Amino acid sequence: MITRRTFVTAAAAAAALGPHARAADPVKAAWVYIGPIGDHGWTYAHDQGRLDVEKAFGDKVKTTYVENVAEGPDAERVIRRLAQEGNQIIFTTSFGYMNPTLKVAQRTPDTVFEHATGYKTHSNMSAYNSRFYEGRAVCGTIAGHMSETGVGGYIASFPIPEVVMGINAFQLSAQKVNPDFRTRVIWVNTWYDPAKEADAAKALIDQGVDIITQHTDSPAALQAAEQRGLMAFGQAWDMTSFAPKAHLTAIKDNWGPYYVDRVQAMIDGTWASQSTWWGMTEGAVEITPYNERVPANVVAAAEAVKAEILADTNSVFAGPILDQSGAERVPSGTKLDDGALLTMDWYVAGVQS
Amino acid sequence: MRLELIRRAEPSRGMRWAAPLIAVALTLVTGAAVFSALGYDGPAAVREIFLTPLLSPLIWQDLGIKAAPLILIATGLSVGFRAGVWNIGAEGQYVLGGLGATAVALATWGSEGPWMLPLMILAGIAGGMAWAAVPAALRVRLGVNEILTSLMLSYVAIQLLNYLMRGPWQDPAGFSFPETRLFTADQLLPILPGTDYVHAGVAVAFGLAVVLWVVMARTVFGLSIRVVGEAPRAARHAGFDAKRTVWAAMLLSGGFAGLAGALEAAGPFGQMVPQFPTGYGFTAIIVAFLGRLHPIGIVLAGLILAVSYVGGEIAQSSLGLPAAAAGIFQAMMLFTLLGVDVLVRYRVRLTRSEAA
Amino acid sequence: MTEAIAIAILMTVIGAATPILLAALGELVVEKAGVLNLGVEGMMLVGAVSGFAAMALTASPLAAVLAAMAAGTLAALLFGVLTLTLTANQVATGLALTIFGIGLSALVGEGFVGRTVDVRPPPFPAPLAEGAWSRLLFGHDALVYVSLVMTAAVWLFLTRTRAGLILRAVGESDLSAHSIGYPVIAVRYGAVAFGGAMAGLAGSYYSTVLTPMWAEELTAGRGWIALALVVFAAWRPWRLLLGAYLFGAVMTLELHAKAAGVSLLAPEFLAAMPYLATVLVLALISLRRGPGAQAPACLGRPFKPAH
Repeated sequence: MITRRTFVTAAAAAAALGPHARAADPVKAAWVYIGPIGDHGWTYAHDQGRLDVEKAFGDKVKTTYVENVAEGPDAERVIRRLAQEGNQIIFTTSFGYMNPTLKVAQRTPDTVFEHATGYKTHSNMSAYNSRFYEGRAVCGTIAGHMSETGVGGYIASFPIPEVVMGINAFQLSAQKVNPDFRTRVIWVNTWYDPAKEADAAKALIDQGVDIITQHTDSPAALQAAEQRGLMAFGQAWDMTSFAPKAHLTAIKDNWGPYYVDRVQAMIDGTWASQSTWWGMTEGAVEITPYNERVPANVVAAAEAVKAEILADTNSVFAGPILDQSGAERVPSGTKLDDGALLTMDWYVAGVQS
Repeated sequence: MRLELIRRAEPSRGMRWAAPLIAVALTLVTGAAVFSALGYDGPAAVREIFLTPLLSPLIWQDLGIKAAPLILIATGLSVGFRAGVWNIGAEGQYVLGGLGATAVALATWGSEGPWMLPLMILAGIAGGMAWAAVPAALRVRLGVNEILTSLMLSYVAIQLLNYLMRGPWQDPAGFSFPETRLFTADQLLPILPGTDYVHAGVAVAFGLAVVLWVVMARTVFGLSIRVVGEAPRAARHAGFDAKRTVWAAMLLSGGFAGLAGALEAAGPFGQMVPQFPTGYGFTAIIVAFLGRLHPIGIVLAGLILAVSYVGGEIAQSSLGLPAAAAGIFQAMMLFTLLGVDVLVRYRVRLTRSEAA
Repeated sequence: MTEAIAIAILMTVIGAATPILLAALGELVVEKAGVLNLGVEGMMLVGAVSGFAAMALTASPLAAVLAAMAAGTLAALLFGVLTLTLTANQVATGLALTIFGIGLSALVGEGFVGRTVDVRPPPFPAPLAEGAWSRLLFGHDALVYVSLVMTAAVWLFLTRTRAGLILRAVGESDLSAHSIGYPVIAVRYGAVAFGGAMAGLAGSYYSTVLTPMWAEELTAGRGWIALALVVFAAWRPWRLLLGAYLFGAVMTLELHAKAAGVSLLAPEFLAAMPYLATVLVLALISLRRGPGAQAPACLGRPFKPAH
C-alpha cells in the first residue's frame, strides 16, 4: 500500500511483524548513493552517517555501500542485489530511488528499506527526510542582520516543495530582522554544475546581492562570494575550507542519529514502517560554528531563532504571511502545518523568483 | 628495432576469434596490476568484476536487462555503419523513443486494453525515426555531415525531455517533482515466464539481433547495405541508390533506438523521468564496434559491457573498490578490445630500424 | 542597465567562453587534420584534475598550466596510438576516452576533494585594471589572453604556414598527401597531441580559475559544447572566437536576466540553442556553398595506405 507521508507513525501495528535480526549475527546494512562519497556535499553527508553507525555498533553491524548509482533501472538492480546479498536494511538516499526502492520492497518482504526525501512508503519501506528549512531560517536571520544591500541571493535547483519552503523560510526570517529584505532566486535547473552555479552567483552579485545561499550541491557559489569579498552559507556540510572568509555558517545534514536509531530498531526487532521528518530537535539538522566575522549580537539572534525552533519547529511559518501577490496566506495567530509545508508551491512576499 | 604493421591481403579468420580473447586476457592482467598498484586486492577485484556476475543465475537476469537496450541500439547502428552512414545520435533517438511511448501512455492514461502497449511501442519507433530523419534529410538534400548533426540533436532531445518533465508532462500528484505519473498495468511490458523480473523487451532485443543477422546475410537489402559501404562505386553501377541507402540506414537505426527507448520506458522505468538518458546511445556505438558490426558479435559485446557494469557494482559493495576504479577498468577493456582489432587486418612484424 | 552591470555581464560571458574556446581551438586543428576526437570532455577532466593537483601541491600557476597540458596530451596520445597506429574506429575510441577520463580524474582527484587553491591574479599590474572599462581589458586571468593569442596563432598556422598547408592537405585527402610524401600519421599525431594539450588547459581553467576546486565531473559536459562550437564555426578560427563568445553569452545571459527578475524563454530552450544553431549553420553553409563544402573531407576516417 502506498501512503502519502504522514507524520504520525502510522504503521505501528506492523511493528510486531517487522523483520528483525537474530541476536548473534551482525546486522547487515547497505547504503545506495547518487554521487561519489567524495562529493563533499549530499552523498558525503550520508556516508558520514554510515560511519556513525559503524562507530556506534562496532562488530554488531556490517555496513556496505554502492556510490554513483543512476536513478532508474540501475538503482533497482543495485538495491535488489544488495537485498539478495543478505543486507537486512537498505538506505536509498536520493529522491529518484523512490519508485525503484518501492518495486524491490514489494518483491522482497524479508528486507526493510529506508528511502530518503520521497513520499511513498510500504509495510517494509519507510520514508525519511530532515527539516532543512529550520537551518534556512537561521541563515535568513543572519542574512537580515548582515546584508548591507538588503538583498539576498538564492541559487535553487528545482521548484519542488523542499526547495520552495527553504526559500520561504530564508525570506521570512530575514524580513523579521529587516522588513525591506528581498530574496532574488535563480533557478539553475540542475543539482550539480559548478561552473553554472558560480556564474549564477556572479550574476546575483552584479545585481546588488551581497549574501548568497544555495540549494545545489557544489561550493561554487561560496567561492564566487569569497572572490568578491561578500558572504555566503554552506550546504550539507561545513564548507569553510572553500571560502574561509565568506562562509558564515552552514546547514549540516546530520544523518547519523537517524541511521543509528533505525539500525538499533533492527537489532531490537522493533523496526516498523514510518514517515520521519527530523530536525534540530533530534540533531538531524545542525548549524556549524559561526565565522568569526559574525558579530556577537547576530550570533545571539541566530541562537535565539534556534531556541525558538527547538521549542516549536513550525514557528518559522507563523502568520501573518503574505504571498507574492500580497494576499494573506496565513492569518495572524496561526501557523502552517507539516501537510501544508510538504505541498508548498507558492512564495512569500519579498521573494523575487 | 621497431614494430611494423603489414596489411594482410585477407582479414585473418583465426584472429577474428582470437583477438577478443587476447584483449580480455590483456585487460584482466593489466586490470589486476593497476588495482594492485592502487592498493586494492587486484586479482580479487578482477574476479568480482568479471567472474562473479557470470556465476550467479540471478545476476544473469540483470545482465540481460542491462544489455538489452545496448544490443538493440547497437544492432540498428551497425547497419548504418556498414553502409558508411555515421549516425552517432542514437542517444537522442532513444530519448525520443521513450517520449513517444510516454506521450501515448499519458494520453491514454486511465483507459485499459491490450492495444495500449503496441501503440506505445509504435509511437516510440516513430519518435526515434523522426529524430533520425532530420540528419538523414540534411545529408541527402544538402550533403551535411550526419556525424555532427545527429550528435547535436542528441542534446536537443535531452533538453526537450527536461522541458516536458518540468512542465507539461509533470505528474499532477507528484509534489512538483520533475517526472510523469507511473504507467498503468496495461502500459507495462509483461515479465518473461520463467524469470523473476526480466521484461519482454529483453527477448525482443535478442530476437531482433538474430532477425537482423538473417536479413543482412540473406536479403537484397542486406547486400545493398554492404555494397554501398564497401564499394560505393560498384554499388552505383549495380543500380543501388546511395540516397535511398542513407535513408534506410538512418531510419532503421533511429527506429531501433526509438524501440529501445520505448521498451525501457514501458519496462524497467515504468514512467518517464529526467534521468532517462544514461548514455546508452553512446555506449552502443562502442558496443557496435566491439561486436565488429555483426549482430551476434554485438550480442556478445553488449553482454560483456553489462558484465563490467554489474561487476563494478559488486566489486564496490564487496571490496570497497570505488566506482571510478570500475570505470577505468571498463575503459581499459574498451581500449584493448578496440586496439587488438588491428591484428585481424594487419600482421605485426619486428624489424630493425635500418630496414624500415 | 547601468554601465557597471553591462561590464560585469561581459566579464562573466568572457569567463564562460574562454575554456570552451581553448578546447575548441585544439579540436579544430585535430579535425582539420582529418581526425575526429570525441574525447574532449575526458581530456578536459584529466587536465582539470592535474592542473588543480599541481596548483595545490606547488602553488605555482605555471606548474598547474604545464601539468594540465601534459595530462591532456598524454590522454590524447592514448587516443592517437589506438586510432592512428592501430587504426581503431575514432568515434568509438573517443567515446571510450571520455569514460576513461571521467574515471581516472575521479580516482586521481580523490585526495584533493574539499580543498581550494588561491586564484592567480591577472597578468597585468593591478592599477591598470582599476577603472570599470579597463577592468574589462586588463582584469582577466592570463588564460583569457592566451586564448585570444592562440586564436590568431591557429589562424596564422593554418592559412599562412607551410606546415599548416600540409596539415590541411592531410585532412582533405590523406591518400594524395601520402603520395606526395607527407608524413600523414606523424602530422595527425601532432594535431591530436595539440588538441589534448588545449583541452587539458581548458580543463584547468575550471579547476584553478572559475571554480578553484576539484570535484568529480567538474566540467559538467562543457567538452561537448566545445565540439559543437568547432562545427558551428565551420572550422574557422576567427568564427570560433565569435562563436565562443556567443555560446558564452547564451549560457550566462539567462542567469543575469533571472537575477534581474526578467524571465526569458524556457531555460531548456536556451540550453538547446547552441546545438540547434550549430545544425542550422551546417545546413546554411551547405546551401550557400554546395554539399560537402564544410567539413574536412577525411574527417573521422582511418588512414589506410594501399602499400
